[in-house]
Amino acid sequence: MKFTRRSLLLSAGGVVVFGALAARLYTLQILQAERYRLMSDDNQFNFLLVPPSRGRILDRFGEPLAENRDSYRVLIVPEQAGDLDATLDRLGELVPISDRERERILTAARRAPGFRPVTALEDLDWGAFSAVNLRAPDLAGVIPNVAEIRHYPSGPAFSHVIGYVQPPTEEDAGDSALLRHPGFRIGRAGVEAAREDTLRGQAGSLKVEVNAFGRVIRELPEQSVPQTPGEDLRLTLDAGAQSYAYERLTGESAAAVAMDVETGDLLALVSTPGFDPNLFVTGISHTAFQALQDNELRPLFNKALQGTYPPASTFKAVTGLAALEAGLVRESETVTCTGKIRVGDREFHCWRRGGHGRVNMREAVKTSCDVYFYEMAQRAGIDRIHDMALRFGLGPAPDIGLAGVRDGLVPNEQWKRARYGQGWSLGETLITGIGQGFLLASPLHLAVMTARLASGRAVTPRLYRDDNAQLAPMVGIDPQHLELIHDGLRAVVHEPGGTSHYSLGGLGVDGVEMAGKTGSAQVFRITEAERAAGVRSQDDLPWRLRDHGMFVCYAPADRPRYAVATVVEHGGGGSRAAARPARDILRYLIENDPSRAGPFAARDTGTRGG
Amino acid sequence: MAVFRDTVPRTFQGKLYEINWALVLLLCLLGAAGIGMLYSVADGAWDPWATRHATRFLVGLVMMLIVAMMPPRFWMAMSYPAYLGALALLLGVEFFGLTIQGSQRWLELGPIRVQPSEVMKIAVVMALARFYHDLPREKVSGPTGVLVPLALIGMPAVLILHQPDLGTALLVVATGAVLIFLSGLNWRIIGAAAVAAAVAIPLGLRYGLQDYQRERIFTFLNPEDDPMGAGYQILQSKIALGSGGFTGKGFLQGTQSHLNYLPEKQTDFIFTMLGEEFGFVGGIAILLLYLIVLANAVAIATSCKSTFLKMTVMGVATTFALYVIINTGMVMGMLPVVGVPLPLVSYGGTVMLTVLFGFGLILGAHVHRNAELPKGVGLFG
Repeated sequence: MKFTRRSLLLSAGGVVVFGALAARLYTLQILQAERYRLMSDDNQFNFLLVPPSRGRILDRFGEPLAENRDSYRVLIVPEQAGDLDATLDRLGELVPISDRERERILTAARRAPGFRPVTALEDLDWGAFSAVNLRAPDLAGVIPNVAEIRHYPSGPAFSHVIGYVQPPTEEDAGDSALLRHPGFRIGRAGVEAAREDTLRGQAGSLKVEVNAFGRVIRELPEQSVPQTPGEDLRLTLDAGAQSYAYERLTGESAAAVAMDVETGDLLALVSTPGFDPNLFVTGISHTAFQALQDNELRPLFNKALQGTYPPASTFKAVTGLAALEAGLVRESETVTCTGKIRVGDREFHCWRRGGHGRVNMREAVKTSCDVYFYEMAQRAGIDRIHDMALRFGLGPAPDIGLAGVRDGLVPNEQWKRARYGQGWSLGETLITGIGQGFLLASPLHLAVMTARLASGRAVTPRLYRDDNAQLAPMVGIDPQHLELIHDGLRAVVHEPGGTSHYSLGGLGVDGVEMAGKTGSAQVFRITEAERAAGVRSQDDLPWRLRDHGMFVCYAPADRPRYAVATVVEHGGGGSRAAARPARDILRYLIENDPSRAGPFAARDTGTRGG
Repeated sequence: MAVFRDTVPRTFQGKLYEINWALVLLLCLLGAAGIGMLYSVADGAWDPWATRHATRFLVGLVMMLIVAMMPPRFWMAMSYPAYLGALALLLGVEFFGLTIQGSQRWLELGPIRVQPSEVMKIAVVMALARFYHDLPREKVSGPTGVLVPLALIGMPAVLILHQPDLGTALLVVATGAVLIFLSGLNWRIIGAAAVAAAVAIPLGLRYGLQDYQRERIFTFLNPEDDPMGAGYQILQSKIALGSGGFTGKGFLQGTQSHLNYLPEKQTDFIFTMLGEEFGFVGGIAILLLYLIVLANAVAIATSCKSTFLKMTVMGVATTFALYVIINTGMVMGMLPVVGVPLPLVSYGGTVMLTVLFGFGLILGAHVHRNAELPKGVGLFG
């Protein structure tokens, strides 16, 4: 009976132990079920970051200037790949991998935490991509993937203004998961950089089921947060005009800015030579980049916004208006040009050695008589010239929503004292009066000045399309005075004796007249010794010593709508290299005017030909 | 009926009638649970585990019934030779054994691969049952009654521990201890042994274990300290069980198991998988099945007339119970990971056969419960 007793005792112990097991099961599966359910979900599900689709950049008619295209690529998760070298060897059997690429991949993998995928190959063709796709299940940690990559269909024509995107730097990326996402790029220059916030959008997340080896088993889109694409950005630029202007100036180191004189919309903003922004997106090679940097024509430099030049004779209208508005000259009043003028103990020469004879304001503008404007400058004084220049938009950089737009320079006494600690001299007033000396303006400044002269409105340049923009207020110039200047500027092109009459002769569109003004900024003074040695003209000088040529113009002359300013570096006098491209761009704008179906007065509806 | 029960059936039909078919049915339910879970382990496929498990179970079932029909006298005569044979096999493992996953447990005998430690679990029970059967009651607490069982248990335990297979060694020792207790050993000696164990166990932990065994015990104490290392298995097992909740995720729907977060789910962690897919309901059902099987065994043991049968039944039942307790306790994080399967459910041939052989002895004891077996019939009598 001892056996039975002890058996029962033992059984009782057994029941207690089984009770403990049941209690444990109860604790795990009932009391703590919720906690373990969460941990199980944590195991089972992952959230993958879905980068947002970058907003497109469109021209004023909706034509894409920057868009996204699919890029077939291969990612490697170093943690899952294990031996990265072996993985790359096997991948290399399918797609050639250069030593440089290999080095880059290994470096990227070393820098990133092991769980973060590294872009191994990008922009594969379909054949190579499908080969990798087929073998991927055997290659641990290798993920074939399709991603969007930025594409600039118009290439170099827009390179400066649109800019480009590039992978963020280490500092840029910080601890942002989006910025560290493989292949993600941010705006690095131009509009892409300036409007990054608008274009970027919001990352989404994709819920996926993963197994213990980290491989994605299935996707659960219904439980995911979709990405919010970046907003499309409408620019005021006209892709056609921009491309035309770029082509027209190809071969030169030049800039062109075209503007709507009533709205301030920038229609073209060109700097030549350009570069292919697509190269920067996928990673430009060191040699290609070096070649761009070493190019004498400075393709990486945006001359339209960052190049500053003396406005030269294009400034004479401002000097003239300064005198007219102050009542210091009458319209018909003449000044006699003998080819030079003596002020104090200095002689100031007119560009025409023989002089222009008796010239009034209209004639002086038409013939660009220096002596007349020396006289006007002397009468008005530097302060009036300075104020008038500012009213026409010169001086501070116009805010067009891009970084790096350079300030111009409109000097006065105060400025000179601050800058050089010296007083202002009368001679400097004279030189300023013909647009030389300390004066500096970018092609953008010149375009704004021309647009304000043309419309009489204080238009500000706009790069981003704004359909609710208000018409700019008037500059406040006596319409009669403006009329007089307009007349002179029209005569420059259309009347014999006008500085551009011979070279241009007109706009080339029936029934439409244009107005313009040449300018040439001296880079190098031809000395008497050189003159004696036979250097007679600009053509005899080496390229980099020749004058900068510039031309500003608008059309139609009687009802201005478009203004164009061009600067051709070392292009010689303004009527030579700069005038024809400027006129041609202006003609393009007139010929392709969206409101051409009706009179020019009709407002731009925003659709070409509409 | 009463008359019939008091006698020992002699005919084949008589014996067949006396088989405890309810117990057989319970064992079949456990085997079926194993087949079902192994089908799920293979993501809903019969291969590679479910079919073979079913085959082994059927073979084992037939063997069990044959064992049950054989006269207990035969088993009594076989007990010492079987013990010696098993001991020899263990020594064979020591010298010629196959090393799998760092421990020598298998011995290849022609086409079959056997695990002598599994055989020993039954052999040591039979040897002890035989010894107590022959031992006069008054000598149980004497020197012979204490030292011989200790030697019978100690020799195989040391060999198994050396393989090293801590789990099985402890199982053999625990089973032996239970039989010594059931023999009617003096409570004072039991108390002294308990004190001695309390001193010896910490020392054994310190000096007697392999590094991996020690590590397993320490990670068992704090699994969440090291979720990707040695504690990974326990943690993932608890996540699987806990996330199963009351009714489970459904057959074939266990995410932890099917996405491979759960290790060794066809063997040691099959209870976890069952808990994940069938929840608390499924887990409790399996535990209840085991408890009913054990209750049956205890009832059979107490109904037997001979000490040999009583001891054999209790010994086999104890081994069986320890399997269940250690396995489920381990996967629920109550005990260290020692690599003990869940009997009849886990995949594994030798365990299946030894367990069913053991139940053959239990069923046989029930059939022959009234048999009077002679005492002290020599070593091989």
